[in-house]
Amino acid sequence: MTTLSPTHPVRRRPPRRAYSAIPGETPGTSPWRALKSLILLICVVLVLLPFLAIISTSLADTAQVTKAGGYVLWPDNPGFSAYSALLSGGLVAKAMFVSVGITVVGTALSLLSSISLAYGLSRPGSFGHKPILMLLLMSLLFVPGVIPSYLMVKQLGLINSYWSLILPTMINAFNVIVLRSFFMGIPKELIDSARIDGASELSILTRIVLPLSKASVAVIGLFYAVTYWNAFFNALLYINDAAKWPMQMVLRTYVVNNAALSGGQVDVAAGAPLPPAQSLQAAILVLSIVPIVIVYPFLQRHMNKGVMVGAVKG
Amino acid sequence: MTTVQQPAAPAAEEGGGADIRRPPRLRPAGRRDVALFWFAIPGLTALLLFHYVPLLGNVIAFQDYQPYIGIMHSPWSGLDNFDVLFNGDDQFLRALVNTLQLTLIQVVFVFPAPILLALALNSLVSERIKKWVQNVLYLPHFLSWVVVVALFQQMLGNTGMLNLFLQAHDLGTWNIIGNPELFKSLLTSQVIWKDSGWGTILFLAALSRVDNDLYEAAAMDGASRLRQTWHVTLPALRGLVILLLILRLGDALSVGFEQILLQQTGVGLENSEVMDTYVYNHGLLGGDWGVSAAVGLVKGLVGVVLVLGANKVAHLFGEEGVYTS
Repeated sequence: MTTLSPTHPVRRRPPRRAYSAIPGETPGTSPWRALKSLILLICVVLVLLPFLAIISTSLADTAQVTKAGGYVLWPDNPGFSAYSALLSGGLVAKAMFVSVGITVVGTALSLLSSISLAYGLSRPGSFGHKPILMLLLMSLLFVPGVIPSYLMVKQLGLINSYWSLILPTMINAFNVIVLRSFFMGIPKELIDSARIDGASELSILTRIVLPLSKASVAVIGLFYAVTYWNAFFNALLYINDAAKWPMQMVLRTYVVNNAALSGGQVDVAAGAPLPPAQSLQAAILVLSIVPIVIVYPFLQRHMNKGVMVGAVKG
Repeated sequence: MTTVQQPAAPAAEEGGGADIRRPPRLRPAGRRDVALFWFAIPGLTALLLFHYVPLLGNVIAFQDYQPYIGIMHSPWSGLDNFDVLFNGDDQFLRALVNTLQLTLIQVVFVFPAPILLALALNSLVSERIKKWVQNVLYLPHFLSWVVVVALFQQMLGNTGMLNLFLQAHDLGTWNIIGNPELFKSLLTSQVIWKDSGWGTILFLAALSRVDNDLYEAAAMDGASRLRQTWHVTLPALRGLVILLLILRLGDALSVGFEQILLQQTGVGLENSEVMDTYVYNHGLLGGDWGVSAAVGLVKGLVGVVLVLGANKVAHLFGEEGVYTS
């Protein structure tokens, strides 16, 4: 404290300029400000550089990749040979198909069951409200270990079935709590008036509650979709058959563990050489990132709201 | 409206004023509530089946579990499976030590990262640039660990971008990915890369709620910028920091399971085995079901105790904590 005072003498600066107009901002002279901006710039570059490198490498032609020894930062003759080799049949195309299917079906089932569970819990005092809510909240605290979960899935005969990638993660308690708090915020008068008009609970849900909480349902749906797309460990546990692998398993085997893709697994015209291994790996990576980047704009438009509600009322 | 009023009118003639206000077409409260109960059933079933039944499945921690005879018929073995914990099996201890080391490293290095980032972001004057930077920094959070690990390998691996660059300039090769010595730093930097941007959300929200008069008053009193940060900004974040620390403490025994599992082969178990990978490697791969379940069970219970305990301590210090009872 005392060491600071001499360097910042009182009354040197007019107080009007000593605080910022931005709430919560630590005001700074230009060197401070410049330093902070520089740090942020470095962070942004560190995040974006890997994406640029793999996208460029996936598009680069064999000659350039060979010349660069592996990775390129900008493709000279961009082409889609790596992608067409991967997607026109074989392992990666199948895995993309599986991952998209799991994500779509899983998200639909998750949303259905979460919405209905959240709605069922949205009116305190209803039949079974307290114990069910308790079970839901306790599930955040008590997590069954890997071993019992595996045994359960095995007991149900779901090993090597796509259902093993959906059912165990179908309900996310946190998402249900967020949805429930949105539903509870809907004015009671609206629901009562619908009931007076003779609406059943189902039509109250579909005609009044859901249209009013479209945005939050969309966010929760996207969160579920991202989770399904990214799920790796469940696939590692439950899917032993390589023909049924989702994208994350393919990524792990052929990029992280560096297994070589052979001619049988990627589709190239007879006699044509395979695209360079680096380009194939980069293309697999890009393919497993693209869906996230596609939904990202929708996600970020609402995510602040969703996260805050969960944080405040959770 | 008309449908309500018509039946209500005769009621007024018979009974008196009080009945007019009660809409007679309303179904009885009991039946309405049972309808709501049915809505909860599908989700509840999934929760029971894949959460609570497996929780009960933890009884195999007290069994000499044999997969081919099943939970029902496996012989009980008392606390034999817990011997590993109490008598300090070397491999278990190694996993425990690595876990605690990683937790400590991550609380020191990962935890403050989003706070610093939020302070930097908060000082950006242009709203548009700020939004753009935020959107870039949030993105890695939504990538899977497989993608993050793959990206790191492509960038920092022995044949990755960085080493290509170093070799091109005759600077040799820097072995980062397969190096056991650097493994914990690598894990930490991956966590920072993936999640510190996302972590700023809560801190930025807390910062935006700080009353600007406080800064004005502090500046009037002659507080320098650093002291404004220290006396105004950081106290505003205190409750949130404590809450997040409690949550982190509850997870003290689980550090980056998928992340470590993906990279374990290259660096060996000595530096990379943690509690979760121990359970996976011994139970599912090694077939040592009972012992792994015992370790998993104790790990879960310790986590619960840590959260409840930390929450209690937070209450004692007058903070809100995760929940209030």
